[in-house]
Amino acid sequence: MDFLLPMLVDGLAASALIFFIAVGLTLVFSVLRVLNVAHGSFYAVGAYVAVTIGGVVMSAGAPQWLSFPILFLSAALTAALLGPVIERTFIRFTYGKPEAVQILVTFALFLIFEDLQKLVFGVQAYYQDAAVNVLGISDIGGIIYLNYQLLLIALAAAVVVALRVMLHHTRLGKMIVAVVADPEVSATLGIDTRRVYMAAFTIGVFLAALGGALASPNSGVAPGLGAEAIVLGFAVAAIGGLGQIEGAALAAVIVGIARVLAIYYVPQLEPVAPYLVMLAVLLVRPYGLFGAATQRKI
Amino acid sequence: MLHFIIILALAAAFAAIPAFFPWLAFVFTLVLAKGFAALGVAILLRAGLISIGHALFYAVGAYTVGFLSSRAGVNLLIPQLVAAAVVSGLFGLVIGLFMVRYRGIFFAMLNLAVSMVGYTLLSKLYTLTGGTDGLSIATPRVLGMTVGREAFEAILLYGGLGLAFVVGIVVHRYLKSPMGEALPAVESNEIRLEYLGIAVPRVLLFAYVGSAVLAGIGGAIHALIVGHITPDLAYWTTSGQLVLVAVLGGIGGVAGPFIGATFLESVRAAAVIYAPDAWNIIIGAGLLVVIFFLPRGLHGLIERITRKGERP
Repeated sequence: MDFLLPMLVDGLAASALIFFIAVGLTLVFSVLRVLNVAHGSFYAVGAYVAVTIGGVVMSAGAPQWLSFPILFLSAALTAALLGPVIERTFIRFTYGKPEAVQILVTFALFLIFEDLQKLVFGVQAYYQDAAVNVLGISDIGGIIYLNYQLLLIALAAAVVVALRVMLHHTRLGKMIVAVVADPEVSATLGIDTRRVYMAAFTIGVFLAALGGALASPNSGVAPGLGAEAIVLGFAVAAIGGLGQIEGAALAAVIVGIARVLAIYYVPQLEPVAPYLVMLAVLLVRPYGLFGAATQRKI
Repeated sequence: MLHFIIILALAAAFAAIPAFFPWLAFVFTLVLAKGFAALGVAILLRAGLISIGHALFYAVGAYTVGFLSSRAGVNLLIPQLVAAAVVSGLFGLVIGLFMVRYRGIFFAMLNLAVSMVGYTLLSKLYTLTGGTDGLSIATPRVLGMTVGREAFEAILLYGGLGLAFVVGIVVHRYLKSPMGEALPAVESNEIRLEYLGIAVPRVLLFAYVGSAVLAGIGGAIHALIVGHITPDLAYWTTSGQLVLVAVLGGIGGVAGPFIGATFLESVRAAAVIYAPDAWNIIIGAGLLVVIFFLPRGLHGLIERITRKGERP
C-alpha cells in the first residue's frame, strides 16, 4: 500500500486539471443556460498559447521562474481574446433556443477550433517543462513528490474558495447570482445582463485555458486534447450536478480516487474509470450528486 | 405525389451518374453508408435528441463485418450485412436502456462518452480488433457467387440503393405510425404524451434500437466498400459528420439524410483535393450555416416546392 499515497497525489493532480474545465463549464451553464461543447477547445488553446509564449520567452534567456507567471498570463490572454468574441458572435444567438440548437452550434464551434489548432500550431507535440523543473521535488517520508503536482491540487482548492468569495462578496459576483436566479427581474433592476453573460463566459474560458496552461508543463500539448478535455470535464460536472461549483470539486476528487483505484486493481480500465463513475452516479441520481431535479413543464 | 416524383427523380439521377463517371461509384456508395447512419441520427433528432456518439454503432456495424471477414472466415455478403444489423441492434438495445432516461445535453454527452469508451476499446483490444492498425476485409461472395472487385462494387452501389429504397419506405411507414408520430410529441411535450397513456421510454428505446441498426448497416457498407477499417470510425469526428448530414439533409423526410450525405460527400471529394486539413472547419461552418439559415435542411427545399401555400 506504500504506492497508494503517491498515486493519490498523481490522481488528484490530474483531477485538479479536469476540475478547471468542469468548473468553468458548470459556471457558464448556470449563467447562460448553454452547455458549451466547445469548452474543451479553450483548454487546448490555453495549453498551446502557454507553450508557445513559454517557448519564446525561455529561449530568449529569461530566468526560469518566469515560466510560472507566463502560465497565468497566457490563460488570461486566451480568455481576453476569445471569450467576449465567441460569446458575442455565436453563443448569444442560442440563448433560449432548444437545447438541440445549442449543442449543434457549440459542437460546430468545437469542430472548427479543432482544425484551427492544427492549422496554426501544426500536428506535432510540444513540450515546455520549465515550470515543473523550477519548482523541484520534495521528499516526504522517503517518497518523492513533484512540487508542481502538489501546487496543482492547492490551486484547484484556491479556485473553489476564490469563486465562492467572488460570487458572494463582490459586485460582479452578486450580479451573476442575481442573473442566475432570474435574468428578467435582474434586467429590470438595472443589471446589464449582456455584460454579465459576457463576463461569466469569459471567466469560464479563463478557467479552462488556465487548466490547459497548467497541464502543458507536465504533459505537453498534442492535437486531440480538446475532445478528451470536454468529455472528462462534462463527466466531472455531471457527477457533481450541473451548476454546482462545490459539487464539481467533490466529483473531481471522486474521479481522481477512482482512477487511482483502477490503476491499482484493473489497470486496463483506467481510461474509462471517469465514465464508469459517471454512469454509476447518473443511474442513481440522474441530476448528479448535488443537482436539483428540474420541474418538468406541462 | 409531387413529393414522391421528385424523390424518384433524384434517386434515378443518383443511379445514373456513376454510370457516366465511374470514379464516382465509390463516393456514392459511401454516400449510401453515411445516409443510412444519418437516417438513424435523424430519427432521434425528431424526438429532439441529439446523439453525438452514433459513430459507435457505425463502427460496431463495420467491425462486425471486419470480424466475420478476417477472424471468423465468413465471406458472404448477406450474412455479413444481417449480422452487422443484428449486432449493432443489440448494442443499441443495451446502451439504449440506459440512454432513454436522459434528454437534451445529458443524452448528447452520454452518447459522446459511451462512443469514446468504444473508441478506446477498439484501439486497445488488439487481438480482437487489430488495434489502430484496423482490420482488412476481403471481397465477400454474393449469393454463393464469387465476383470480381468491380462487379462487387457495382452490386454494393445498386444493391445498397435498392436497400435504401426499401428501408426508406419502412422508416417512412414507421414515422407515420403512432410509435413514430410520438417522437415529435416527446420533444414538444413529454408529460402530455404520458397522460395519453403512451410509454415514452418504450417509444424512445424502439427509436434508439432502430437508429442503431441503421447506423450498423451504414457501417457495414462502409467497411465493405473501403475494404479496411480503423477505430477512427467510432471517433467523435465521425459522429459529428453524421449529425451534420442529418441536419443538412433535414429531418422532415427519410430522403433528407441521403440528400445531405450526397451533398457532403461531394464536398468532401473536392475538399480532399483543395483543402485536406480543413475538413472539420468545413463541417463546422456548414453546421452553423444550416442551423442559422436553413433550419429544415436541404429536404426543406423540396418541402417548399411541394407544399406551396399549405404552410405559412
